[in-house]
Amino acid sequence: MTPIIEASSVVKRFGEVRALDGLELVARSGHITALLGPNGAGKTTFVRTVATLLQPDAGEIRVAGIDARAQPDRVRRAIGLAGQFASVEPAMTGLENLRMVGRLFGLSRREARVAATDVLDRLGLAHAGDRLLRTYSGGMRRRLDLGASLVGRPRLLLLDEPTTGLDPRGRIDLWDAIRDLVADGTDVLLTTQYLEEADQLAGHVVIIDHGRVIAAGTPDELKDRAGTNVLEVRPRRQGDLPAIEVALATIGTDAPQTDIGTQRVSVPVAGGDQLRDIVRLLDDRGIEADDIGLRRPTLDEVFLAVTGKPLDASDADSGHRTETTHAA
Amino acid sequence: MTTTTAPQAPVRRVVGAGYTTAALQSAKRTVLQFFRTPQLLMLGTVQGALFLFMFRYIFGGAIRPGSAVDYVDFLVPGFLVTGILWLGMSAASGVADDAATGVHDRLRSLPIPRSAPMIGRSLADTALTLWGLLIATMLAFIVGFRPDTDIAAVALAVGLLVFATYSFMWVFITIGVISANAQSAQGTATLLIVPLAFVSASYVPADTLPGWMQPVANNQPFTIAANAVRSLLLGGAEDVGLEHSTGHWVALSLIWFTAILAVFASIAVARFARRR
Repeated sequence: MTPIIEASSVVKRFGEVRALDGLELVARSGHITALLGPNGAGKTTFVRTVATLLQPDAGEIRVAGIDARAQPDRVRRAIGLAGQFASVEPAMTGLENLRMVGRLFGLSRREARVAATDVLDRLGLAHAGDRLLRTYSGGMRRRLDLGASLVGRPRLLLLDEPTTGLDPRGRIDLWDAIRDLVADGTDVLLTTQYLEEADQLAGHVVIIDHGRVIAAGTPDELKDRAGTNVLEVRPRRQGDLPAIEVALATIGTDAPQTDIGTQRVSVPVAGGDQLRDIVRLLDDRGIEADDIGLRRPTLDEVFLAVTGKPLDASDADSGHRTETTHAA
Repeated sequence: MTTTTAPQAPVRRVVGAGYTTAALQSAKRTVLQFFRTPQLLMLGTVQGALFLFMFRYIFGGAIRPGSAVDYVDFLVPGFLVTGILWLGMSAASGVADDAATGVHDRLRSLPIPRSAPMIGRSLADTALTLWGLLIATMLAFIVGFRPDTDIAAVALAVGLLVFATYSFMWVFITIGVISANAQSAQGTATLLIVPLAFVSASYVPADTLPGWMQPVANNQPFTIAANAVRSLLLGGAEDVGLEHSTGHWVALSLIWFTAILAVFASIAVARFARRR
């Protein structure tokens, strides 16, 4: 079966910055593909390229087998785009917004009305259809924006950081809505900075940094790449953090990491007896712990394992440059 | 999420909207935005009224048109022509806002003709500006404007105002698509329209301006259009103390605004449609 997206050696420059630097990506139908990376990694640029808003400087992008450079009009008939902003009109009602997009997709007046009502139902917004959007909450607005990209029944939905700025409740609602879409047969490419989001939604995760793919696979495969399980300890007293680091160093396969923010020390371990060992070790040294756990690595740790730097640090050094220079 | 499964719409080939539908849907959005935002609706009207009252009653006493016409009759045609600037400038920030908030991205990702959203925008903003000019005209009669003209000349004056509005709207749309955000678009538009409105014969006769300013004032499009509308509404070019005939000013206006339309509509559409 033809992949829904095939990108080969895609390069896109903005002045000196190589926003996409030979990006290779294949997204298959039937599951959500998540593009995960820090700010400035090139996520938005890639989505805009697939959406035919940008022309790559080199390389090829095919959407459902259609060459985006040669036939952008055909690609536009197959996609729906929801960008980083809820780009719906506040002075129009939910139904009016969706009907307008339906009409732009070439639906007749009647078809557009049916499609708009259908989409509102699916997104749980039927009760708010006749309200002006300026009375919607942020989460409702984002869901309506998602709806706007659905009215044309696209084969591929492009979602650029769909849950950024939403409260936890709004985020979970939107996740549900996105999962329902895939169940209905729409393919989804979404970008996110949230590892949890990729983990929750995606069947295929592509980690990118500086415009290149640095790892790809199912969330489980990626976690396997970080190798082993992680042993994590939270001391009762903050002053014990260094002592725990010393204790964990004797057990782990790599140097322990201390996270001051969450008051935790973690270390990758091999095998399965470490939980008992660490309890005994802490007991011997008279260190009290609030929480001791053995868990699968998070995608944070995967990112660290593949790039040698944590997600957050990468965020700070490459900054917003790439993704804001062309946002306007 | 909803638990009922909505009936699936029949699967159909997405064809995309035709030119007219795409342009009209975009226009409709702009018009609804205007009429449902009471601040916008009030601001334009009140601002226009204030301006008119200020010139008519505050500065008006000190300004002598230097011909047989009263100042209020001299003022109103210039006021209507420059109204295109003051009322139309909101298009610049509106377009810039759409570009900055992803509305243009969505429109450009849809299967519609690339220039249609901008055409729609230009039609809608022209209609809104004309709406403002209509209100201004009614106010003008209230403050004592009494034209001396005939139906044909009035029709020509209206036609000229409509055409100039449509043409100049593309300047504002161009400012909108090249600006990073609404504030900078607003700033650029202001920088452009203040000299166009004031270094002109719109509010005062050009010969009362400093000598070095007069060549600019006399030859810029808004003076020419003001002269044309004035001649048409006040009984001819000689009656308002202008050189050349009424026809001269009308023709010259048409040339100016056709050129503006051609240049800026091309820039705006190309800029909107480009894939960088």
